[in-house]
Amino acid sequence: MRRISLALFLALIFPALATGASRDVKLTFVAYSTPKEAYGQLISAFQKTGAGNGISFSQSYGASGEQSRAVAAGLDADVVAFSLEPDIRSLVQKRLVASTWSKDQWKGMVTRSVVVFVVRDGNPKKLRTWDDLLKPGVQVITPNPFTSGGARWNVMAAYGGALRAGKTPKQAIDYLGKLWKHVVAQPTSAREGLQTFLIGRGDVFLVYENEALFAQKKGQPVQFVIPKATILIENPIAVTTTSKHKAEAQAFLKFLRTDQAQRIFAQNGYRPLVKSAARGFDFPLRPQLFTIKYVGGWAKAEKKFFDPRSGVMAKIQGSSGG
Amino acid sequence: MPGLSIGLSTLYLSVIVLLPLAALSWKAHGWQAVTNPQATAALKLTLGVSLVVALVNAVAGTAIAWTLVRDRFVGQGLVNALVDLPFALPTIVAGLTLLILYGPKSPVNVDVSLKRWGILVALLFVTLPFVVRTVQPVLFELDREMEDAAASLGAGRVATFLRIILPSILPAILSGVALAFARAVGEFGAVVLISGNSPFKTEVASVYIFGRIESGDSGGAAAASVVILGISFGVLLAIGAMRRWVTRHDR
Repeated sequence: MRRISLALFLALIFPALATGASRDVKLTFVAYSTPKEAYGQLISAFQKTGAGNGISFSQSYGASGEQSRAVAAGLDADVVAFSLEPDIRSLVQKRLVASTWSKDQWKGMVTRSVVVFVVRDGNPKKLRTWDDLLKPGVQVITPNPFTSGGARWNVMAAYGGALRAGKTPKQAIDYLGKLWKHVVAQPTSAREGLQTFLIGRGDVFLVYENEALFAQKKGQPVQFVIPKATILIENPIAVTTTSKHKAEAQAFLKFLRTDQAQRIFAQNGYRPLVKSAARGFDFPLRPQLFTIKYVGGWAKAEKKFFDPRSGVMAKIQGSSGG
Repeated sequence: MPGLSIGLSTLYLSVIVLLPLAALSWKAHGWQAVTNPQATAALKLTLGVSLVVALVNAVAGTAIAWTLVRDRFVGQGLVNALVDLPFALPTIVAGLTLLILYGPKSPVNVDVSLKRWGILVALLFVTLPFVVRTVQPVLFELDREMEDAAASLGAGRVATFLRIILPSILPAILSGVALAFARAVGEFGAVVLISGNSPFKTEVASVYIFGRIESGDSGGAAAASVVILGISFGVLLAIGAMRRWVTRHDR
């Protein structure tokens, strides 16, 4: 009885909630910050569908690794969306996400993008390939792979790009070392990096295509080049095992893979997973595109490159100043 | 009721300061995170710049406090309010503003971005109020008759300042310096944009520690934090000792 009267009371004072009273489901959505705008639009679109009618959302956005650790530490979440697959895997280890999370036709992914070079107006230094970045005097800006999960995509893109250019794994690691000698700033996030670049620092800024398109959409004078060999970024999403509304959460994930939702992602600069949704958008294909599998998969890459003590990048950073 | 106030203060300090610090020390493991060259470079840079910041503040803060108390000029109230502004501004906004003002597109043609000078400027900005606000009330309360007496006995302005005014305001300056130093050591937001965070060159301790946390090495991050807290504590104790020494005649 009390519950009904409370719902009635709420419906009376908050007319907007009245439509939701029939279902009374609230999903907590915990995600990395880059797709915030897209998810805002997607959630309202979902709520207009039959499956999403009456479902309300509480949303939280932050750095991918931070959000993952917050959920691991007990932050309530029904759906988690991260930049990197390892951020989900650490939740699988804590049994907060089912180990079968990636066993669907999308392999647990929801958006795609590629690593691009944001360059100065007209690309005066003619930077088109990964080797071009080593030209004398070229100044590179990339977020720090130890503070920005997204920057790890940049490292893997550069490493794989070197492999694609015919280098051996050892030479490709040498390439990373040389590239890092050209890095003049390592902001803690992609957005910070864009600020540094736009203020006039650096010749090239390594970032994901969706960030570059997002900046263009915001009217910022951003030009970018997609190198022939670059990494196909894939961002994962999953329902938690602790969710009290698994069916609704799954319905949301299902919606995100529909043509309609993928078009919203595309409008926000993400490459759609669903082929039909890409129609009408200009996402140039690249002949030497590769996925994380090409460079060994995230499990191996994390250990080999990003271990803060013994990883390749820890060594490169630890020697860059001598 | 001295017992009650001591009890309450102890409880409060324990909950707000001691427990978090103890938890931090408890979590700290992996001294490699502190002893590797990148970490020591970041720690040295942070402590060095913070000391410079503290010293500059000691002089500039005192001068500003002096101007605000002793001089009369149009817009004094406005300038007085301006001093606190760096506190009200979210530090990341401060960083962005400084980057625009003193970056490559600087309207005043000063570019300190991606340089150590940039860190100094950012830290001076966020620590400005400390010395000003600790010295101001003391200057205000200062008995001017002492200065007049010194002058009538033939002391010049410099001698009057050094012998009459400075000893009275020195404890306040030292308190402000300690606050400014502590704030500078821990600052993140204002520094992170303008410094560029290049390891060995412009990476400060807070950014290094943030990197450790973000890459899953929270034990190392805690270890580095404990070390920087320990050194800061030493510096603060030293400043406190100086303060006691200069006020030794008051007791």
